[in-house]
Amino acid sequence: MRPRDPLPYLVLPALALAALAVMSFPAWLTLTVAGIAMGCMLFLAASGLTLIFGLMDVLNFAHGGFVTLGAFIAVSVVVTWAPAIGGVALVALAVLAAAVAGALLGLVFERVLIRRVAGAPLRQILITMGGAIILQQALIVLWGAEPLPLPRPENLRGSVIFAGAALERYRLAVIGVGVVVFAALALTLKRTRLGLLVRAAVENREMVESLGFHVDRLFRLVFAAGTALAALGGVVWALHAEMVTADLGADITILLFITVIIGGLGSVGGCFLAALLVGLADNYVGFLAPKLALGTDILLMLIVLLWRPRGLLPVAEP
Amino acid sequence: MMRLLSNDRPGHWLLALLLVGLLLGLLAAPFLFPGTKALAVAARIAIFIVLAASYDILLGYTGIVSFAQTTFFGLGAYGVAIPLALGASGWAVVAGGAAAGIGASLVLALVMALLSLRVRAIFFSMITLAIARFAQVLAAEWRGLTGGEDGLTFTVPRLISPAFRLFPAPLLGLPISGPVIAYYLILAVSLAAFLLMLRMVNSPFGRVLQAIRENPFRAEALGYRTILHRALASVLAAGFAALAGAMMALQLRYTNPDTTLSFSLMIDILLMVVIGGMGTLYGAALGAALLVLAQYYLEPLLAALARLSGGVPVLPALFDPGRWLLWLGVIFVLVVYFFPAGIAGTLRARGRAA
Amino acid sequence: MAEPPLLTLAGVHTHIGRYHILHGVDLAVAAGEVSVLLGRNGAGKTTTLRSIMGLWRVSRGAIDFAGQPIAARATPDIARLGIAYVPENMGVFSGLTVAENFRLATPSGRFEPQRLAQVMRAFPVLEQKWQVRAGTLSGGQKQMLAIGRAIIAERRLLIIDEPSKGLAPVMVGQLLDALLALKRARTTILLVEQNFFLARALGDRVAVMDDGRIVHTGTMAALAEDVALQSRLLGLSLESHQ
Repeated sequence: MRPRDPLPYLVLPALALAALAVMSFPAWLTLTVAGIAMGCMLFLAASGLTLIFGLMDVLNFAHGGFVTLGAFIAVSVVVTWAPAIGGVALVALAVLAAAVAGALLGLVFERVLIRRVAGAPLRQILITMGGAIILQQALIVLWGAEPLPLPRPENLRGSVIFAGAALERYRLAVIGVGVVVFAALALTLKRTRLGLLVRAAVENREMVESLGFHVDRLFRLVFAAGTALAALGGVVWALHAEMVTADLGADITILLFITVIIGGLGSVGGCFLAALLVGLADNYVGFLAPKLALGTDILLMLIVLLWRPRGLLPVAEP
Repeated sequence: MMRLLSNDRPGHWLLALLLVGLLLGLLAAPFLFPGTKALAVAARIAIFIVLAASYDILLGYTGIVSFAQTTFFGLGAYGVAIPLALGASGWAVVAGGAAAGIGASLVLALVMALLSLRVRAIFFSMITLAIARFAQVLAAEWRGLTGGEDGLTFTVPRLISPAFRLFPAPLLGLPISGPVIAYYLILAVSLAAFLLMLRMVNSPFGRVLQAIRENPFRAEALGYRTILHRALASVLAAGFAALAGAMMALQLRYTNPDTTLSFSLMIDILLMVVIGGMGTLYGAALGAALLVLAQYYLEPLLAALARLSGGVPVLPALFDPGRWLLWLGVIFVLVVYFFPAGIAGTLRARGRAA
Repeated sequence: MAEPPLLTLAGVHTHIGRYHILHGVDLAVAAGEVSVLLGRNGAGKTTTLRSIMGLWRVSRGAIDFAGQPIAARATPDIARLGIAYVPENMGVFSGLTVAENFRLATPSGRFEPQRLAQVMRAFPVLEQKWQVRAGTLSGGQKQMLAIGRAIIAERRLLIIDEPSKGLAPVMVGQLLDALLALKRARTTILLVEQNFFLARALGDRVAVMDDGRIVHTGTMAALAEDVALQSRLLGLSLESHQ
């Protein structure tokens, strides 16, 4: 049973309004857009994590590695085709290449590491942690340990002025991508047969198999989709920083975990909500009380867990 | 002898041989391998035996996967470092600082245990990851107290300071300097701590822990209070980790986030315990020795391989000395797959079968 | 010459972890009949059904369905041969609507209008709850959904585990009517049922299990008449369940 409780949805507007009360409108608008953009980037990177967990009870500690992979692929695409293809088309090509690479490596990762430890939580944590080490080191072997530049194309630079607030173009674009991906995921889960199967399998894997569906194949597909999304998220993060290091994924992994915990493990809607919450809180607190900024996310997680031990929008229990 | 080991026999001749070799090696290290690097490596092994064993109590004996063991290690180190860096001196300060670090660890571990041991294992692991990260960021940012990323450098008591000489003349060719004395102090404390942990896991308390690990529901049904036992195990594990941290601070004579709180350090501990063998303590000791030795002496080997494979693409990068973690990661995964009991556990099983 | 049975189990052993649950089960289910599996709790009835479905791996012995060996096959492949399974907990997806629950049980996601109408006639309450989340249904309604879902597409064998468990008496009556309709339509059913009244009303043949083995097989009619045999075989289960 999924309780249709409006309270979790009110947290976001409440936070935004509270912030508006203590700062000027242009500052608020800039921060809110920045926060939503950060939330969208977090969602892109974290959505696969929560999907994979929901379906198979697998928490992939190497998820951040796929974010890094996507970022490095983007660098290679830009280096290879930079003068020939330009602007947004180049970014689109990088996103596509990263997603394909993420999906393919995800399939290998699932085959070699995940499949054999399903259902054994301790070994699973250890194996995916081992996978995270290997993946990160392998990426250093291929792309080096030094930071690589990844300049944004010209039309994704600069800001637009709206109501006296400077809004970065790239952030607005990121919000667009985040909302589109979220809508596509939500519609797929809600409206398609594949989504129906995923939702059913999250609840009761055995019964879905008893109805004649191979859940392991379904899982492989979802795993690949999840790692592809992580790689896509990596491109978006890297273009934001305009630089890639092999530590990118490891650095944001904890933030991704906090996001999926706050949202409710396995819940895509919860993940989106939590990502926006983390993004907004981070930006507001960073502006109002920079000294507190480093603890914001953990504090937010503790507050949410004390209020809702299973996260904001938990999935149905079997 | 067996009483000293709490009747916990190694169980296989090779395991016993390795352990005796490790002990003798550590005892004689300053005489066998002179030089500051060898002394630092030996001290690091002794300290990491305590740290890894403390983590094994958690991972191997209760099945809890925490990534916050470095946080306690760091608390112990900063407990000693902060008062010394502020200019206080003397053994009383060292003892007081260590006690404060250990005390803070016990309290934090208790809070974490009560807060988190009720949630699912995977949740707990993620939360500890966040806590460890928070501690690291805090130490890096709170410059006034911790010196930030640069850390704290301080003077240790005269007895163990580099300039000190216990005897005017060298003993068996080795000048008994402050660092050598520090080393033997650390070794003595480490050995005592290890034997104490061995006693703990072989006590009735330790057996309950193992029962809980095997089957939490059954243990609960038998009337064991699983939460209480797990909380106690977490607290004790934290205390020993903080003790190791205090020793680390004294040995290095400086403390910074990287050497005490970093995630790569946590990965090292994890690798030590899993490769050595979870749930045996002996395995943690072997794993610690193996990994520290690898860290210091594997890199030259990899460098040689990298030179040999000079002409081939990618291979040099694969054997780059900095990539030793890649190979450890591969070994780690193979161990979890094929030898989940690690070196010590696998040898023990053979010993039992024979 | 009689038709060979649709489903046969020969010397089936099943281990769950360290426990040896089935000790050589021999069972035959004839096409067009209702076979009832009886026995006290822990006799191995559910394990037998789960072994047929491939939800527990069989460690020794053979299971054949329509002439094909299925003991080594994966659950989805077994189900696709035309076996529908209604587990003891009903296996209803509570986060999905009633309609979505039904849709999953069809091969393509589309309904055959005639069949749908037939199921809705058998369980009219489900038509009213069509767009409702299955988690909000009552226990009896969930059981209707579980059985309706099992017959929404063409199946050759229905395996139903204790459908009357935990239902109010009035619901058991409705359930019996629905199952009797299936029986009249010559549906092949393998039924585990502790409620002897229900079992007697539905069963053509009966097998009794004890301690992981089949200890008696025969017609339901013979068992229904032989009170001595009933008390010897089922004494315990009848006392504790009626």
